[in-house]
Amino acid sequence: MNTEKYQEKLANAPKVRISSIVIIIALTLIVFVSVATTELPEPQSEASINAANNVVRGILHPSADKLLSFGVDGVPYLILETMAIALLGTLLGSIFAIVPAILGASNFNSKMQVRIVRLCLNIIRTVPPIIYGLMFIRVTGPGPFAGVMTFSLTSIGMVAKLYIEALEELDGGILEALDSVGASYWQKVAMGIIPQIRPNFISTAIYRYEINVKDAAVLGLVSAGGLGTEIILAQSEGRWNDLGAYILGLVILVFIVEHVSTRIRTSLVSG
Amino acid sequence: MKQSTLTLPNGKSITKPKSKTPMILSVLFILIVISSIITEADIAVLFTKADKFWSMIGDMILPPDFSYLDDIIPELIATLRMSVVGTFFGAIFGFPVAFLAAKNINSNEIVRFIVKACLSLTRTMPVLIYAMILTFFFGIGEFAGLLAITIFTFSIITKMAFEDLETLDMGAFEAAISQGSTRIKSTILTIFPQMMRTYITYTLYCFEINVRSAAILGYVGAGGIGYTLNQMIQLRQYDKAGMILIAIMVTVIAIDSLSQFTRRRLA
Repeated sequence: MNTEKYQEKLANAPKVRISSIVIIIALTLIVFVSVATTELPEPQSEASINAANNVVRGILHPSADKLLSFGVDGVPYLILETMAIALLGTLLGSIFAIVPAILGASNFNSKMQVRIVRLCLNIIRTVPPIIYGLMFIRVTGPGPFAGVMTFSLTSIGMVAKLYIEALEELDGGILEALDSVGASYWQKVAMGIIPQIRPNFISTAIYRYEINVKDAAVLGLVSAGGLGTEIILAQSEGRWNDLGAYILGLVILVFIVEHVSTRIRTSLVSG
Repeated sequence: MKQSTLTLPNGKSITKPKSKTPMILSVLFILIVISSIITEADIAVLFTKADKFWSMIGDMILPPDFSYLDDIIPELIATLRMSVVGTFFGAIFGFPVAFLAAKNINSNEIVRFIVKACLSLTRTMPVLIYAMILTFFFGIGEFAGLLAITIFTFSIITKMAFEDLETLDMGAFEAAISQGSTRIKSTILTIFPQMMRTYITYTLYCFEINVRSAAILGYVGAGGIGYTLNQMIQLRQYDKAGMILIAIMVTVIAIDSLSQFTRRRLA
């Protein structure tokens, strides 16, 4: 008796779209060709296998000396330095990002302008941080300040994008309500806009801080300060136990920052 | 600071909670001062030497060495291939592990805890450090980078996927169980169709991230275009470096839009 109803339901069930099938086939082809053309590494000579074993042994036995020393090349100071670089970089970046965010929010700008601003932000985002690092080193010389400037630039791209999303979600009703009670322009900004976007902006900045701490390892490659620089030095000089200590320091740092940041952001969002 | 107190008609008085903002701001200020000392921040340098930054950009793009493009296309393809294969295997390995970590599918709390702990440990290491260590094992070249990308993809896709799994509607699964089908069969029949699209979307999203990071893996000798880019900058051949950068930029933007288009189609 119910068969007809079921058949009708079946007929209305979502059909597999042709475009999905085409996409899946294309993806499979790309993957297949890529896997087929990848060359496997040649077997390593005995000497290099021994070397690799030494590296692993070193990493698994981090030098207690470096882990506990409070000197400039000790892990505690480097952690502090990495955090300081990320903090200043994030702060500068999140402040700089406000201008492009206001210029690029589609609810109070022309479409053309929004497009241009977004294209610029996109270009800033696609250049790998390391390249900015190399450029800034020419300005400030090698050292942590080059790292700060790099992060302030790389942060702008992402932070501004998230700011724009927050601005576009502004509740216009509140502004109309303020208009209706005769609020001035700045009163509207202070009472209607800032309280709405503040949790979002702060949460974005904290999130970016987390990313910057992780990226600090990348920046070290171009000797822009922090744990990364020492990691690269230890690697090129073959001090494997020190390398282990620095990597351990990085893991601990990232782990803690990630947890604290997630906790703060959750409490910000839930009020 | 004066606190405003309000007395309600029923005699109760309410005190407005003290704002934490001044305290947070002052702590932040102290942290900024300490950070500036540690990083030897010198804002004045930015004004006196900023021209060096712009002149380097100028050397790169005015004009870039277009003839060099032919030489870098093979490397660009190698970079892409590395990301495709790495993302693919990361996604394949991540799939079963996501099931192990999801609360509504795996009821064994101990296994779940261990899996999650391992995942968050794997996530803490940047791709570049993985690549650096892997080059000791597999030599300089694409393969080390590929493995680094696999590990990275695995670690983040598993997290995204198990969080997605935990929000799934289990009604269909329970219905299948109640009809007498085995747990494995019901999972394949009811859970897979629900999560497949999202999983592919996540994979594409990882792929976008991976293309960006693959471009710099060459720095530690793990293959791809980053190696040449580094060399050109060291040799101060900025016009060639600029060409490589532009090529990376175009590729990344193209991949992003393609992948976003696909994701929208699949969603």
